[in-house]
Amino acid sequence: MSAGAVTAATAAGRPKGMSPRTETTLRIVAPVAVGIIVLGIWQFLVSVVGVSDYLLPSPASIIEEFIASWDSIVQATLITGTNALIGLVLGSILGILLAALAARWRAVDRMSAPVVAMLAVVPIVALAPVLNSMFGADSQFGRQAIATLASFVPVFLNTLRGFRQTAPVHRDLMKAYAASSGQVLRTLTLPTARPFILTGIRIASSLAVISALVAEYFGGPRGGLGSLISTSAASSQYARAWAYVVASIALGLLFYLATLALERLLLRHAPQVRRRP
Amino acid sequence: MSEPQDASGSRQDRPTQTTPAVEVHGVDKVFETRSGHVQALESIDLTVAAGEFVSLIGPSGCGKSTLMRLVADLDEPTAGDLAVFGKSARQARLDQEYGIAFQQAGLLPWRTVAGNVALPLELHGVASAARASRVAELLDMVGLADFADRHPDQLSGGMQQRVAIARALAEQPRLLLMDEPFGALDEMTREKMQTELVRISAETGAAVVFVTHSIPEAVFLSDRVVVMSPRPGRIREIVPMRLGAEAERAERTEELREERAFFDMVTAVREALHGGSPVGAGARGVETR
Ligand SMILES: Nc1ncnc2c1ncn2[C@@H]1O[C@H](COP(=O)(O)OP(=O)(O)OP(=O)(O)O)[C@@H](O)[C@H]1O
Ligand SMILES: [Mg+2]
Repeated sequence: MSAGAVTAATAAGRPKGMSPRTETTLRIVAPVAVGIIVLGIWQFLVSVVGVSDYLLPSPASIIEEFIASWDSIVQATLITGTNALIGLVLGSILGILLAALAARWRAVDRMSAPVVAMLAVVPIVALAPVLNSMFGADSQFGRQAIATLASFVPVFLNTLRGFRQTAPVHRDLMKAYAASSGQVLRTLTLPTARPFILTGIRIASSLAVISALVAEYFGGPRGGLGSLISTSAASSQYARAWAYVVASIALGLLFYLATLALERLLLRHAPQVRRRP
Repeated sequence: MSEPQDASGSRQDRPTQTTPAVEVHGVDKVFETRSGHVQALESIDLTVAAGEFVSLIGPSGCGKSTLMRLVADLDEPTAGDLAVFGKSARQARLDQEYGIAFQQAGLLPWRTVAGNVALPLELHGVASAARASRVAELLDMVGLADFADRHPDQLSGGMQQRVAIARALAEQPRLLLMDEPFGALDEMTREKMQTELVRISAETGAAVVFVTHSIPEAVFLSDRVVVMSPRPGRIREIVPMRLGAEAERAERTEELREERAFFDMVTAVREALHGGSPVGAGARGVETR
């Protein structure tokens, strides 16, 4: 979904003989242009070719609906966004802590590896009905727990990998300085792992939003984007359902861009972003 | 086994009561690898007096870095004894008796040049004002004062190595371990750094164990040159340098490089390296320029 599109756009290498400014402009202009063209074709299909507005609401009617139900959209986005944010933060903290333990003690690594592997393959949303009924119909906790689990996996895996990237010469240096293990963690291990941790968080940000949203399809309190999408669709208000979908995409994009910005900010001088003019 | 020691006019003949900086007795080092044993060092005997400048020279893979790592307690010998200032290597490391510069610069890429030089001072609790002035002083010395706020990936290889040297000197250690520190420098900077190193070691009275592939460099810098041979790594010969005869090391000036004695010493080391065989055969990996 949204995350994939952005990755593709940023991952595309710079074509030869293009100045950085042109490149940046293109990177923004190109996807916007594609979006406008797609919307144009969509509108054309509905209003000129005559695809039923009931089956496929036109962009115009979606925008209309979006403006009409602006207040409830903001409310719903806040609810789902809060769940996702809590999940992302908790999942990241748990992931980093557990990875630190696993990196430090082999036994923890051995014990956690199968559990994490299981968590990684189980579709987290499969837990939604179970957790929702466990924590009662009026608690957001089940959704937050799901977002936490979904965020935990990529953060844990990336962080653990990052903790293992310290260069032998740097470890020798720390040993030569007789640095304490706390000093080694602070001056070497964490800075080395930082780009990996941030990548983990960036991946987790999209997953947190998706899982918080999808978890709402399976009962629990109403009012989030996911439950409004499903009720609107169930009552055949397709334009409104689409308006909520648009808000969901915006929310996912917001999370992704925020974590991407965080990564850019903190990694200006990490070896990964080394740039030679 | 008798230790090859020179017995005439060089520095360690002066009456010094201090314990030697490094004492190595019958040290072996065997690496266990998947493809079997690698005998990196065999019955190494070497004493480096306090304040003495000793170079290790020998073909690639003869165990120079390994010997240095043993002294630094980054690895442990398979057999034999090793003492640094009369203590075990481990104790000397814990007491921060040495400064070390590795074959690779080994700078932390996320720290600035100043931050890298400050690292040992920071780890050992030097107050930040004292730290800043010491860092400025060191960067001035290696000619990188203008680059204090850069990051290592913005420097050339030679500049990175100079940062690593400044870092090794930061705490004015009594023993300096340097593994090919000038390898990536251009000839001009290299000679400047050599002169600087001679000055520093004379000033601070630090003993230096210096690994190099360059014979003239070893001759210019050292009181003694330890010539090693590979497979297994052994000390083939220890060649005393009689440069400037009675003169102190501080008086090793640029003119020295032009003197006849200098070339005689270069020849002596070269012959030791080639183990008596005619010069020009074998001993790959050693520059004779
Ligand atoms: N960690 C290790 N495990 C296995 N073998 C090793 C290890 N370190 C060094 N050796 C082996 O020990 C020998 C000596 O290596 P060392 O790095 O000390 O050589 P060197 O004299 O420093 O060479 P160079 O001049 O190329 O730096 C080599 O044969 C090398 O393969
Ligand atoms: Mg080496």
